[in-house]
Amino acid sequence: MAILIKKPNDIQPSEITPRSVYLNRRKFMQRSLAGSVLLGANALLPAWAKPWEGLAKSPFSATDKLNTLDDITHYNNFYEFGTSKSDPARNAGKFKPRPWSIAVEGECAKPGVFDLEDFIKPYALEERIYRLRCVEGWSMVIPWVGFSLADMLKTFGPSSKAKYVEFTTLYDKSRMPGQERRVLNWPYVEGLRIDEAMNELPIMAVGLYGDILPNQNGAPIRLVVPWKYGFKSIKSIVKIRFTETQPRTTWNQAAPREYGFYSNVNPLVDHPRWSQAKETRIGEPFWAPKLQTQMFNGYGEQVAKLYEGMDLKKFF
Amino acid sequence: MPAPSSKAISYLIKPIVFLACLLPFLMLAYAAFMGSLGVNPVETLTRETGGWTLKFLLITLSVTPLRKITGQNWLIKLRRMFGLYVFFYALLHFTTYIWFDQYFDWAAILKDIPKRPFITVGFSAFVLLIPLALTSTNKMMKRLKRNWTKLHKLIYVIAVLGVLHFLWLVKADTREPLIYAGILLALLVYRAYQQRFVKA
Repeated sequence: MAILIKKPNDIQPSEITPRSVYLNRRKFMQRSLAGSVLLGANALLPAWAKPWEGLAKSPFSATDKLNTLDDITHYNNFYEFGTSKSDPARNAGKFKPRPWSIAVEGECAKPGVFDLEDFIKPYALEERIYRLRCVEGWSMVIPWVGFSLADMLKTFGPSSKAKYVEFTTLYDKSRMPGQERRVLNWPYVEGLRIDEAMNELPIMAVGLYGDILPNQNGAPIRLVVPWKYGFKSIKSIVKIRFTETQPRTTWNQAAPREYGFYSNVNPLVDHPRWSQAKETRIGEPFWAPKLQTQMFNGYGEQVAKLYEGMDLKKFF
Repeated sequence: MPAPSSKAISYLIKPIVFLACLLPFLMLAYAAFMGSLGVNPVETLTRETGGWTLKFLLITLSVTPLRKITGQNWLIKLRRMFGLYVFFYALLHFTTYIWFDQYFDWAAILKDIPKRPFITVGFSAFVLLIPLALTSTNKMMKRLKRNWTKLHKLIYVIAVLGVLHFLWLVKADTREPLIYAGILLALLVYRAYQQRFVKA
């Protein structure tokens, strides 16, 4: 790693290097993290190779059938690029996710502002195949590439006052044209209770199907919390803050009766305007019946303990 | 512009308009057959059939204002067709909901209707369209006489319910439902003005 002596304000490789070389260099970074000694072999990788193919597979990965890359990248709720499902794919093409800074603030010992490459450097990347259930009643199965949120948060030394973690998306109308309309109160904010954040399941995702995260899926870095409704998996993150009080999350502010802070996937607690008992699994033929939604999106084994004794109808 | 002849209306204009109104359905059916209904086909079908129901509602309601403004009285001969197409697309929309969305889960459907306001108004609008469709024939018009006119004034209620249905189902972006609402409001205001200040 000695070769990569860079300060945050140095020109980033993404700005001047052809994509293929840039990707191969990243592959070098990741494989050295895994402890392998394949320096020479990496330099010989073809330009079209995806940077994160053949990553460690996670025991948390779902066995459901994967959705196609085409579906995953063309059906998105990302109002920063427009409110229809096809808008993000159509409008996010010009978005440049580099250079990218992430700020870590609040009740912690080591706050700071980091360039994305430096930020993700210390953590081991894995492939995590997670189910994602949208509050609207559809779901997909997505092979993310990312690292454990808990591992990352721990390195910043959250204090005893850190009861929650708050995340914020980029707010820049010139780069995210959908923000010109105040359909939501920009910037998009989400949050987790500290024990939810420290659970083994949430990840910071930087890739998809072994390749760099597409713009419409929340490039360059997003959260994935698989047991909660999809809107909690905030995209294009620029700030992470440890807070004492519960974050004022965007959808909860927009419609408090409909979108709670917790928003755990729960077939027994309906949305005020539609039932949450079933879901449409994208990719199935349209004449196929819907799936029964599972409690905590089927991740109860890992997360049910977080909510013992909690009234999930009250804390929806 | 002189009015077209009765023959031209029956043999040329009506068939063309009939086919034009059928086109959205044909395109949807073709897309369904080709598997090109998008990533979430049921959502596409529901949204498109619903959208066309509302569009035809507004078209139907604009026949009389258009007649009065342009002086082309023969346009009234197209109104029944437009009205029946409202019912046609509403039936497709309702069928999509019952079949592909709920998969004939009658318990769930019956629970939804009173519980979810947007479904209550949508279902009511559909139910109210049925007597209108059934009494759309010439025979029915003759039989019901003045009561026919009274019954068919329900189209105003149906249109309002339809727009509310759309407005109450969107999550945050109310722009499209509000556009429909705006057009409907303009049409209703025009009608009210006609009733109040202008003898028919």
